[in-house]
Amino acid sequence: MLEIRDLVVSVEGKEILKGINLTVRPGEIHAIMGPNGSGKSTLSSVLAGKEEYEINSGSILFEGEDLLEMEVTERAHAGIFLAFQYPVEIPGVTNATFLKSAINSTRKARGLEELSPVEVLKLIREKAKMLEIDEKFLKRSLNEGFSGGEKKRNEMLQMALLDPKLGILDETDSGLDIDALRIVSDAVNQLRDPQRSFIVITHYQRLLNYIVPDFVHVLHEGRIVKTGDKSLALKLEDEGYDWVKGGAEALI
Amino acid sequence: MSDSMMVLEDHTKSEYKYGFTSDIETEVIPKGLSEDVVRIISAKKNEPEFMLEYRLKAYRHWLTMVEPVWPNVDYPSIDYQDIIYYAAPKKKPELESLDQVDPELIKTFNKLGIPLEEQKFLTGVAVDAVIDSVSVKTTYKEKLGELGIVFCSFSEAVHEHPDLIKKYLSTVVPYTDNYFAALNSAVFSDGSFVYIPKGVRCPMELSTYFRINTANTGQFERTLIVAEEGSYVSYLEGCTAPMRDENQLHAAVVELVAMDNAEIKYSTVQNWYPGDENGVGGIYNFVTKRGLCAGVNSKICWTQVETGSSITWKYPSCVLKGDNSVGEFYSVAVTNNKQQADTGTKMIHIGKNTKSTIISKGISAGRSHNSYRGLVKIGKKAENAHNFSQCDSLLMGDRCGAHTFPYLEVENHTAKVEHEATTSKIGEDQLFYLQQRGMDMEDAINMIVNGYCKEVFNELPMEFAAEAQKLLAISLEGSVG
Repeated sequence: MLEIRDLVVSVEGKEILKGINLTVRPGEIHAIMGPNGSGKSTLSSVLAGKEEYEINSGSILFEGEDLLEMEVTERAHAGIFLAFQYPVEIPGVTNATFLKSAINSTRKARGLEELSPVEVLKLIREKAKMLEIDEKFLKRSLNEGFSGGEKKRNEMLQMALLDPKLGILDETDSGLDIDALRIVSDAVNQLRDPQRSFIVITHYQRLLNYIVPDFVHVLHEGRIVKTGDKSLALKLEDEGYDWVKGGAEALI
Repeated sequence: MSDSMMVLEDHTKSEYKYGFTSDIETEVIPKGLSEDVVRIISAKKNEPEFMLEYRLKAYRHWLTMVEPVWPNVDYPSIDYQDIIYYAAPKKKPELESLDQVDPELIKTFNKLGIPLEEQKFLTGVAVDAVIDSVSVKTTYKEKLGELGIVFCSFSEAVHEHPDLIKKYLSTVVPYTDNYFAALNSAVFSDGSFVYIPKGVRCPMELSTYFRINTANTGQFERTLIVAEEGSYVSYLEGCTAPMRDENQLHAAVVELVAMDNAEIKYSTVQNWYPGDENGVGGIYNFVTKRGLCAGVNSKICWTQVETGSSITWKYPSCVLKGDNSVGEFYSVAVTNNKQQADTGTKMIHIGKNTKSTIISKGISAGRSHNSYRGLVKIGKKAENAHNFSQCDSLLMGDRCGAHTFPYLEVENHTAKVEHEATTSKIGEDQLFYLQQRGMDMEDAINMIVNGYCKEVFNELPMEFAAEAQKLLAISLEGSVG
């Protein structure tokens, strides 16, 4: 599904990713862990197509297509969904209006019929229930004045509605209490599907108790220095990142 | 009388005779402005003496004034002798079908969602009998007549309701008010007059669109709306369709008077030709709009969506004279390319417990300049006056400018005045977020901008609001990216 090869990326002349290789097959969940500043969020932004990043070399294929040639919107239509670490606020635009527009833009691009306002509302209600989201939430301005937990749940609601092939969760667990964490994790688990993959970016092992990954990668100084199964995350939790860092230096 | 005065008098009189006799039959008078021209205008309109006197006083005063230079706009100086001050309303050439209309215009109409029949009306295509706009108007007129509501052209009102015109004309905007108001008072061609009798709630939105002869609004428009005790009216000025005019200078005056417990809601969508990408050929829109809350508990609400004109200079204001009266101003001003706007409001608190609200949303794109200028004045006797102002500016791109000039004069210590101002750039992060959710760039911009303007759009009548949203989208097309 996703093939990242020797990806080198810089921001304002500074190299952040220094040769990433990653293969994600349909149905897999990959966790990417690493200390602050290791390049985790850069990777997610590059996948979604944020402009300020320079791709120096390497390639990304998504379902056989050259992802780097695609615009942000095209990538979204192709099935890439990024759950933001810090979802932006858009004053004056209700959550319902936003969701309707997002759903129908995406459906249209995928050759599906656009839904009527009534059908959209029905769909939103159904998914909102699953995420324990109050309906009042739909009438409020997008993310404005939402608590951290509400924002993240709203991201999960959007993911459920937009039916992506690859969901990227960028530190979705940061700032969540245990209940919110469970709700978010449940959403991901319900969306698990042999055709759908996830990249879960996190600083802490805690989230991976709920969302059990097939692979865990450790990112350090722009490179994946270690790959293992879920036990790697537990080891990181116990021993911290220092041993990986040492290992990385040894690798160089 | 001194010699020079006599010479002057002879001269003007002779010119007057000449002008009067030779030009009365023609539809257009020569370029230039003089006392004769003012007399000719009045004569051609067959006006009663008091109107001529009024025009002449205004003209003489205008001669003593200088064009204001304080607005934050820049334009080549206007040659007032190079303007034709009177032309009988020209009949637009009647076209047989929409195929004969400029396809660009049709494209814009379609984007705005203006119905076909209305498109025909606006472009002067003969309208068939099914939706005969004239009969629609007649029906409205009859219905309004039953309630005693007067809604007619200003010229008609001068003849049919001279007492009302005499009583209210210039009571809110005196001809001495400012340079353009004086000019308008001297030479205004036509406009609208609305009178709502005591206790009557006008059952429909009064729109210039339904008034005969308004398709050609003219260069110097004059509007007067009087709402008697306990009455209510909502008035819509303009049209979301693009308006082109060969006259570059437009200087309108609008006066509103609200008596005890009366309410006037005045909504404008201004979409005059903004000129080309370099601002060439656009309209100069220099307007004086003011409402007088004369009575207790009266209320005047201005809502404007300004997207057109190359230069906009206007400050719809409220004079809150009656105790407990309320003034509101909701504005969206959009500038793109090389457009310039200096707009805002004045809230003059005179009565006790008066309250005003100002919500201004400026959007600048391209190389345009957008200024908010607002005055809040609390008079000595305005006990417990309250004002809330919120002035937001949104910048699109980095070659445009937004400016805020708030003025505050408080002479009564019981006043409560709040001012909030923000300037923001349309966020890359916001655009990225919406695009990541599958919206294209244009849709993303429209969503952000409409959200930003929501408080103002909420004040517009429903249909107008929907059209204003689309208009905004068209005005900002291609402004980012």
